[in-house]
Amino acid sequence: MSIEIRQLQKHFGAFTALHGIDMAIEDGELIALLGPSGCGKTTLLRLIAGLETPDAGSIHLHGHDVTRLDARHRGVGFVFQHYALFRQMTVFENIAFGLRVRPPSSRPAEAALRAQVERFLDLVQLGALAQRYPDQLSGGQRQRVALARALIIEPKVLLLDEPFGALDAQVRRRLRRWLRHLHDELHVTTVLVTHDQDEALDVADRIVLIHQGQIEQVGSPQQLQDHPKNLFVSRFLGEINHLPARLCDGQLLLGNARWLAPEGSLLADGAVAVGVRPYDWQCGDQPGPDRLPATVTDARWLGGRYRVELDPDIVGGSPITAEWLPAQLPNHEPVSGDRLHLKPNRLALFAPA
Amino acid sequence: MKRYGEGRQWPQTLLIVAALVAAGVLLVLPLLVVLTGAVAKGWTVYFAAIHERAALAALQLTLTVAAIAVPLNLVFGVVAAWCIAKFEFPGRSALITLIDLPLAVSPVISGLIYVLLFGAQGVFGGWLGEHGFRIIFAVPGIVLATIFVTFPFVARELIPVMQQQGREYEEAALSLGASGWQMFRRVTLPNIKWGLLYGVILCNARAMGEFGAVSVVSGHIRGKTNTLPLHVEILYNEYNHTAAFAVASLLALLALITLALKSWVEARARSERQTAIIARADEDLL
Repeated sequence: MSIEIRQLQKHFGAFTALHGIDMAIEDGELIALLGPSGCGKTTLLRLIAGLETPDAGSIHLHGHDVTRLDARHRGVGFVFQHYALFRQMTVFENIAFGLRVRPPSSRPAEAALRAQVERFLDLVQLGALAQRYPDQLSGGQRQRVALARALIIEPKVLLLDEPFGALDAQVRRRLRRWLRHLHDELHVTTVLVTHDQDEALDVADRIVLIHQGQIEQVGSPQQLQDHPKNLFVSRFLGEINHLPARLCDGQLLLGNARWLAPEGSLLADGAVAVGVRPYDWQCGDQPGPDRLPATVTDARWLGGRYRVELDPDIVGGSPITAEWLPAQLPNHEPVSGDRLHLKPNRLALFAPA
Repeated sequence: MKRYGEGRQWPQTLLIVAALVAAGVLLVLPLLVVLTGAVAKGWTVYFAAIHERAALAALQLTLTVAAIAVPLNLVFGVVAAWCIAKFEFPGRSALITLIDLPLAVSPVISGLIYVLLFGAQGVFGGWLGEHGFRIIFAVPGIVLATIFVTFPFVARELIPVMQQQGREYEEAALSLGASGWQMFRRVTLPNIKWGLLYGVILCNARAMGEFGAVSVVSGHIRGKTNTLPLHVEILYNEYNHTAAFAVASLLALLALITLALKSWVEARARSERQTAIIARADEDLL
């Protein structure tokens, strides 16, 4: 076990940032702490690094209790959102910093130090820019310097605070694939904080979804997307349609349509919310007992797929969004006013909001 | 391209001329009067006035006081600015107000405070007298008063610089294993060096030029507790105008050196920023 957190609490004055967090992270995992801004995810990351002290609870790194240990002795690599590169030092010296500040007994000799810095410069593909200053680098280059600087101390865990937040969209996508490859190469246990669900889904082995200082759900990207525990989780991880329904004897009633409720649902009979992803709708032109009739209000071709807005025949139901490949549709392309009959391939049930 | 203020040249010119005239009358003219007054009776008299025993003693005392007060305020200022800029703690706003106190209080009051504390009739006066320490009407009193008056300069320069930089650089250094001292020397100090130097220059200028507070605690003992500004006053009161101006020209010279240093520091800090901006612009073009 790389990181083990028990009942961690943190207050800032009257504001409670974290209400008793329990979490375990395995060796070599890449975990994303995901949540809206102000949810406490960055506080949790800073607590792991020792940059804040918790009010209660404990943090173990590789089996050692580090709750009261100074940040300096934790051996944790931290990459700041805005990188915090030392402006007056070259790229080379920035990366060398963690070696130069070691006590004389464990500090490598100059030649060995140079060789090691060169190795990390190559790792982040910045060998040519070693003598530049941070002000002379692009955002993506700075981020890689920050990564190399954190990695050279051979950290037990690597912590990244919104690592792609300050980059533009294209660089961001490229860098996060690159980060994933780097992680697969080095196997350093990595925790990254993000508010962007695409980013979390793209890079993480597991996602920890945090909301108002509490963990809502932990799981693989697929688990969270396909089996969200509640409305908040389902909404946060990608687009979803929420429909009001009644649960009755294992059946869901929506207007005149009847759908089978998923097995193992713990909800009592009565009002429930049904969640269906836009890409999980089956489309037909024939009515049926398990079909929900709806009227197309808008249809757009988005290159490769149609995105269709529909008004379902449910009292008090809000509009539905569906996405279909041309092959999934009956013979013609949908236009406003068409009547379609919908059935979900997959659905999730929640207590009503 | 139409410039701001085009078509409104008259008010603009008028304001510039007014500012130049005001600066000329209030700043340059007095300086010239001091310099011409100093050499009015020839260079021989000028050098004699400066070379006089009491004048040299005053110069030495002024430099000594500055040499003690400035380094101490450098340390106090860095520590106070560090606390205020990087931490939230109870009494933080009280500390900010306290730092400004010497600027708000008349220097004469500052001097009087020390007389009331350490003077013969003062709170600690009895104890100090019994043990043979002299603070008031002696060099320690002058040093104390100077420290008090010049306390705000370094801290006030550094607080905005440090606040703007935030805590991230220090936190990065700590997480990489740096000790507190390594963090300060390798990361904090390079980040604040220009602000620090600027604060030290201002602090030094005030330490050498301070009159009011020092006057109260000095006792005006010629050759012993007179600083340059006090010596100028004594000479002036003795109608020895040439000598007064000569010694004043020494002070003016120190001020001019300070001013030149200050401009140099500002220019260096600005050019460092600009190279950074130009370098980044280059990068964007590539």
